[in-house]
Amino acid sequence: MSATVDVVVVGAGPAGVEAALAAAVCGLSVTLLDEASQAGGQVYRAPPSTFRGALQDAADPEGVRLRTRLAASGVTVCFDHIVWSVSPGFRVDALGPSGPRYWSAKAVIAAAGAQERVVPFPGWTLPGVIGLAGATIMLKSQGVLPGRRNLVAGQGPLLLAVAAGILKAGGQVAAVLDLATRAEWLADWPALASRVDLVMRGALWRARLLRAGVPILHRQAVRRVTNTPQGQLRAMIGPVDGAGRPMTGAAREVVVDALAVGNGLTSSTDITRLLCVTHRYDELRGGWVPSVDEVFRTSLPGLYVAGDGAGLAGAAAAAADGRLVGLTVARDLGYVSSASYDETVAPLRRKARRARRFGTAMARLMALRPAQLDAIPPDTVLCRCEDVTRAEIDAAAAEGARTVNQLKAWTRCGMGPCQGRICGDIVGAVLSRAGGTRETAGFFTGRTPFRPLPLGQLVTETDYAALTLPPPAPL
Amino acid sequence: MGMAEADPFDAVVIGAGAMGATTALFLARGGMRTALLDRGEICREASGVNAGTLTLHMTRAALIPYAMRGRELWLKSAEWLGSDIGARAAPGLSLAFTPAECAMLEQRAKARTAMGAPIRLVTPREACAIEPGLNPSLLAAAFCALDGHVTAYLTGRAYRRALTEAGVAVFEQRPVVGIEQDDRGYCVRGDDGTLLHAKRLVLAGGVWLETMLAWLGLRVPVKCLVNQLVVTERMRPVMHSVVGIANGLLSLKQFENGTVLIGGGWQGIGDPVRGGVEAIPDNLLGNVQLARHAVPALGETRIVRIWLGLESETADAMPMIGPLPGVDEAYVIGCVHSGYTSAPYLGRLLAERVLGREPEMPLFDPARLVQPAPVQREEIA
Repeated sequence: MSATVDVVVVGAGPAGVEAALAAAVCGLSVTLLDEASQAGGQVYRAPPSTFRGALQDAADPEGVRLRTRLAASGVTVCFDHIVWSVSPGFRVDALGPSGPRYWSAKAVIAAAGAQERVVPFPGWTLPGVIGLAGATIMLKSQGVLPGRRNLVAGQGPLLLAVAAGILKAGGQVAAVLDLATRAEWLADWPALASRVDLVMRGALWRARLLRAGVPILHRQAVRRVTNTPQGQLRAMIGPVDGAGRPMTGAAREVVVDALAVGNGLTSSTDITRLLCVTHRYDELRGGWVPSVDEVFRTSLPGLYVAGDGAGLAGAAAAAADGRLVGLTVARDLGYVSSASYDETVAPLRRKARRARRFGTAMARLMALRPAQLDAIPPDTVLCRCEDVTRAEIDAAAAEGARTVNQLKAWTRCGMGPCQGRICGDIVGAVLSRAGGTRETAGFFTGRTPFRPLPLGQLVTETDYAALTLPPPAPL
Repeated sequence: MGMAEADPFDAVVIGAGAMGATTALFLARGGMRTALLDRGEICREASGVNAGTLTLHMTRAALIPYAMRGRELWLKSAEWLGSDIGARAAPGLSLAFTPAECAMLEQRAKARTAMGAPIRLVTPREACAIEPGLNPSLLAAAFCALDGHVTAYLTGRAYRRALTEAGVAVFEQRPVVGIEQDDRGYCVRGDDGTLLHAKRLVLAGGVWLETMLAWLGLRVPVKCLVNQLVVTERMRPVMHSVVGIANGLLSLKQFENGTVLIGGGWQGIGDPVRGGVEAIPDNLLGNVQLARHAVPALGETRIVRIWLGLESETADAMPMIGPLPGVDEAYVIGCVHSGYTSAPYLGRLLAERVLGREPEMPLFDPARLVQPAPVQREEIA
């Protein structure tokens, strides 16, 4: 099954939806694809439409408005579709509930958002240890607690959001461990002041936690986690310095049912890496990100990026940037004049710039600190799909591996079902600290499929004699 | 690294795939002061991303004697290379599902048997006894006891260790932009301005050989195939043999870790300049369709990764291995169909020749492929 459209937008978070809406308003035929069953992305993730009651009522009104506007638009939406390939020219392949489909498009907007990062520690792969973003999915879309008694740890704004969400859903929070100090949170106050609403929300979360007696421990981190005989998690926690280095003394144990831990986000670049566009390393913007011009054109004509996939900037900036990208595609395809384009985008760009200041302040809190990497013990697994430990990575580096792709071939690190999405940033950082830079270490080459593809759904059993085959190989 | 090495190397090998790396290894072991250069890293192109096949069912008939020796060397790699890179012997089956494929199977088995491959035709029942995972609707099969596979992505690490131990000067990430000749021999210029002097030169650049040979004023067209490989996630054991189809459009094997590798030479998008750019979705579907037909249990698993490897081919689809015509002490090795299988043997053969000994088997004279029209010597940007 196939269709031809002006533009395919991959990802229905705020960036993708706004891009799709802006382009559709200009008269373009737009198809919006997402693997989730509703629009909103991670930030406005919605409960399944079949759920009734409190969970629906709790959905972020911003997300509800986004979905309402999308439903009323001329955008063709295809949810529950896993996009697995984008070919130059363009062809977008996806696997949906009714099997494989593809779209031909003049332009593609990649709005794939971000993915979470966890700095590994012994025990991080145990059941019950989940990412902060994973915890928000459970809370927002399923109304499920990670555990009855939870520890929340890591760095960045998701800490308070997850801890407050657990309390609201009726769970307990043993403690919140934050790598940053209060002073670091407030260091960028002019940027924070640009979004009073978000600062207020953060303050409310904090107040709710303090009221419930939840200790919020700054400059503390998880050192290791083991299982108790009862199947709970025993977490060893302790103080760290400003670089993330564990400090001697004062470590103690906490027993919990679940640990939600996260160390920031990285940009999702599956599509841009696959299409070999130019990338640059930007520590504060989510690691390796595609190089773009001021209106988010990549180095490949017709391929645009919007939102956190173009570098972390947060939901508000993603929406403004998405609109800008939608309009830019409309202009580049000749649907709007340059004059009317210039007039429309000027205020959008101002708005996006303002929104980005807040996002940048948050991104700074999420950035890796060098000693966090040095603190990873040798026997800790870095690549959880293939069980590759830090010691194996260090041994390969000592033997001469200098790029992450060489490391992948030597150790299988990044070869598993996640395609290196989880370990890629950490492994690049560890390798570069063994000799070289993030630039020389590079990033995992983009490969299809973007997500593991069930083979039996991709191809059905067929009549062999009816297959069209290329000429046989020579003798 | 300084601007120039003071003493010339006895030999400089350009291209660190399995062909070049093996040649360099045996030159160093033969006593030559040897350097090996690559624009990227050791065995990270075709030699690191191929299907790691040790099959004789797909080998060009004329190359069977070489492939059989290459296969033996891979299986004994711990002895001469110093590492086990997952080489495993396994039975091999080539299947026929249509009457036309039956005829093809018979003809191909005959040609390969004539060259020494111990291939025999078996009934569907016998085939299913050898490999119970097969689709029982097959009409015929060819069986070869000598088959197997190597974990190709481990090749680079193994060679790096061996080359370092043998004293080869390895220069990775060192693209060569041109070669000059002077009274001392060859002067190899890197893109960073570095120069390496050498008494002898070996070009082993795979699909980049056309460019390399032009540095010496030789015009030899080299075709670039862009082969697609597909790997599944780990799954329960569903096969233990190497399975193909008579038309050569499928190769299947399951590794010890449970992943199944699907190959067969389906083409993707790419070229020597851009590398393997991207898989073609319809070619993925076609390839996977054959795989599922041959071993139906593959319908249970998921595809994790698709990638492309560049394979070189000459005008007559036969290798070029040996001294270059009209250029003193300059050699070429490459463009071997199923080249990974025979690479250790062929690299060793060429090293014998460069070391001034008589190779155990005939080489493949490149002179036949040189086109008359001379080209201007040029440096690539």
